[in-house]
Amino acid sequence: MLVAMALMGVAVLLAAALLAMALQALRGASHFVYPLCFMACAVLLGIACWALLTAADPAPTLVLPIGLPWIGAHFRIDTLSAFFLLVTNLGGAGASLFAIGYGRHETAPGRVLPFYPAFLAGMNLVVLADDAFAFLIAWEFMSLSSWALVMSHHLDAENRRAGYIYIVMASFGTLTLLLAFGLLAGSGGGYAFSDIRSVAVALPGLTLTLVLIGTGSKAGLVPLHVWLPLAHPAAPSHVSALMSGVMTKVAVYGFVRIVFDLMRPADWWWSILVIAVAGVTCVLGVLSALMQHDLKRLLAYHTVENIGIIFIGLGLALAFSAYGMQAPAALALTAALFHVFNHCLFKSLLFFGAGAVLNATGERDMEHLGGLIHNMPLTAFAFLTGCTAISALPPLNGFVSEWLTFQAILLSPALPSWALKLLVPAVGAMLALSAALAAACFVKAFGVTFLGRPRTPLAASAHETDRASLAAMLAFALFCLLSGVLPGLFIDGLAPVTQGLVGAHMPAQTTLPWLSIVPIAESRSSYNGLLVFVFILISTLLTIEVIHRFASREVRRGPAWDCGFPDPSPATQYTADSFAQPIRRVFGSVVFRATERIDMAAPGDARASRLTVIVRDLVWEAFYAPVAGLVSALAEWLNRLQFLTIRQYLSLVFVALIGLLLLVSIWL
Amino acid sequence: MLLVLALAPLLLGFTRKVKARMLRRRGPPLLQPYRDLLRLMRKQAVIAENASWLFRSGPYMIFAATWVAAALVPTFATGLTFSWAADLIAITALIGSARFFLALVGMDIGTSFGGIGSSREMMFASLAEPAMIMIVFTVALIAGSTQLSSIAQFILTNASLRVSLGLALVALIIVAIAENARIPVDNPATHLELTMVHEAMVLEYSGRHLAMIELAAATKLLLYVSLIACIFFPWGLAGPGGDTSAFVVGVMSYLIKLLVGGFLLVLFETSIAKMRVFRVPDFLGIALMLGLLGTLLRFVSGSF
Repeated sequence: MLVAMALMGVAVLLAAALLAMALQALRGASHFVYPLCFMACAVLLGIACWALLTAADPAPTLVLPIGLPWIGAHFRIDTLSAFFLLVTNLGGAGASLFAIGYGRHETAPGRVLPFYPAFLAGMNLVVLADDAFAFLIAWEFMSLSSWALVMSHHLDAENRRAGYIYIVMASFGTLTLLLAFGLLAGSGGGYAFSDIRSVAVALPGLTLTLVLIGTGSKAGLVPLHVWLPLAHPAAPSHVSALMSGVMTKVAVYGFVRIVFDLMRPADWWWSILVIAVAGVTCVLGVLSALMQHDLKRLLAYHTVENIGIIFIGLGLALAFSAYGMQAPAALALTAALFHVFNHCLFKSLLFFGAGAVLNATGERDMEHLGGLIHNMPLTAFAFLTGCTAISALPPLNGFVSEWLTFQAILLSPALPSWALKLLVPAVGAMLALSAALAAACFVKAFGVTFLGRPRTPLAASAHETDRASLAAMLAFALFCLLSGVLPGLFIDGLAPVTQGLVGAHMPAQTTLPWLSIVPIAESRSSYNGLLVFVFILISTLLTIEVIHRFASREVRRGPAWDCGFPDPSPATQYTADSFAQPIRRVFGSVVFRATERIDMAAPGDARASRLTVIVRDLVWEAFYAPVAGLVSALAEWLNRLQFLTIRQYLSLVFVALIGLLLLVSIWL
Repeated sequence: MLLVLALAPLLLGFTRKVKARMLRRRGPPLLQPYRDLLRLMRKQAVIAENASWLFRSGPYMIFAATWVAAALVPTFATGLTFSWAADLIAITALIGSARFFLALVGMDIGTSFGGIGSSREMMFASLAEPAMIMIVFTVALIAGSTQLSSIAQFILTNASLRVSLGLALVALIIVAIAENARIPVDNPATHLELTMVHEAMVLEYSGRHLAMIELAAATKLLLYVSLIACIFFPWGLAGPGGDTSAFVVGVMSYLIKLLVGGFLLVLFETSIAKMRVFRVPDFLGIALMLGLLGTLLRFVSGSF
């Protein structure tokens, strides 16, 4: 029943896509399509919440007679699907609400509107699928519709390149997933998930690697992340929010479903691969984000870091459940899934903010912005909330999931494996390093874009965003605060999910005094987001009250002090690259071979001097450039087949025929 | 809560007096920081024409976060009400949010001084914060909890020399020096661009805003000295449910620890010169490596 309702919601989304195609000629088509998507996503969100709260056992299933004739299409909503359905549709509803305002400024609506509901439908279908074919078809549908959205502004050469790299990586990912499902189904050949569960995994190492490559490339694990910072900024902002905030989570769903559900019981050495890759992803993602001065590319690289954090939690959960330590496994899994939810919230919020800035100024480059807090105060406030949340600062939600991950790391000495004992502290240090670098990254992002003085006339003439977009942004900011202050409710909501996957759940949180959260036992540690928030609020108000009453509250405006020599030119303030220079010098010289080339004009020469910062992407140079070069060289060599004479073609056909006849005679 | 607020300027005044005496000067009076704060609070605040609402509300948020963090550290007794609301990781993160907003307000006016302060501060923070987290891990793995009250109780009852505790102590001292902008990382008494990081961020502040930020900085120093005292030298702390005499003993021992800590800090400051900015990552990297080593030792064996 529940599944049927969910599938009807997906059908509404597909109908919206067709409607958008039909109404392309109409100028106000976005006024119909986006509200329709919002309502469909809201209904699906309600279904997901209901499914998660009721946690029916056995989970509702539905088999439709579409697709392959001897299999059909299986759909199921169990607790894991319900949670990811919730995340997907929360992001989808927010993006649709934002797009009601943002979509009015779209220059080519015919290229965006039909594919947006299709993208939402594809993501929902991946989460609902219960057999390998439905999963892969929905996965590929999701990739293709998002590729169409990435290519929507195709007149820009950079967007075309981004789309090309994206489609290649997405196809490669689907290929590896296809092979993985083939290995999982085994020689029996049953492709429904219930059949796969009953078959023991034949080649676990190869299967895990294939799954990690397939889902990791969509999620953004290093070294498969290279398409993400190109494709996510190329798409329109509400689609970027969906790709970063939701599609990466659907990839995480794929990983969790296959590794935790279909491939159980886990082996301990799987976690080594996952944790090691995740640790490197964290640090490389945030360092790359710090080197960027394009606002959306910075946010996309930062998604890579957060995916790393999620996979660290998942790897720890794998390690704990492999050794039968169920309570720590539940803690690690809850930390990872809570971070999935949190990241969807604040990354979507940040992309909405970037979209609002892009609409107001036409600029994505931070070096041409500045001083936007004066003209766009509400957008700035929402963006600041997102920045604070993503930097894991209390009392917002990013801190809670980081805290839970740290508590899981603190339980790791109990793991018997020596490799894990050496790996986990190093990864813990990498996690702490990436958290601190993330704060630096967002001080840069907010400070250079919104604070300071406007660097260009475009920035000085910005205007506030429209009401629908603001409503979406402020709603997400409120959710960030709520899930940071009342984390116990969300952790209890995740209990049925972890119970299904690792057989345990965290202790019931809502019964604790003052709504604290406790990871394992109260004697170990506890955290109370509500009390911290209340303390900070009381301290602030008390201080303001005391000072305004007993001391002075006068304010006088004057020119900036700047040590007595204020410079009227806004070009003298710090830019994004100059803000990142100390960190670039400390970390970047190793990780990116970052150098600065200075070209000084000789004294007396009136030409401009030039400072160039060179940052090299070593992952691209090590993995992708050689592969691309190899494929190019191979294609060049094979091109000779185009220019053979008629005699050579006929002899080719003859040899092929002889070969096939031999094959048939030997093997049959 | 009020105790930390009242003692913070006193600690600052004490360190300045001792430093002056070591340099054969008379030095300002002990209670001078209180007078400075009162004077600043009564003055009119002059702010730049293009300052935003973040600039005006920043000092209060920075002060509130630092005050709440300092109030959560057990000073004279453990197990006080609401001490379980936030553990050591949360205290580190509260300091982090104070620093986040301080760096933001540094960039608000749009001068190059603010930018230099903010960018250098975030570079130091990118190494100091992970070092602090690794120290927290080491201590938590020894004591079995991240709650400061439990840690203090554990060290009181199971006092023994451990290698990882020693490593954590050295690392925490390095982090405390870096976070409080003391020599050799930053000079708190200077206003030269080459030598300032913290002062550069607050260059545009005056009046009550500056008073709030100075008080926040003093509270942060008190927080770190109390943290070192609470984790590594918890003798004298009253247990939960102690009576008045235990509290009095706790307060006395706390004051003695503050004085000793302040004296040792000044001794270290006067015997070393300020480092070049790009040597500070090496300095903080030592703290990070020591923290990591301590954590690794605790992961590998329970007896270190």
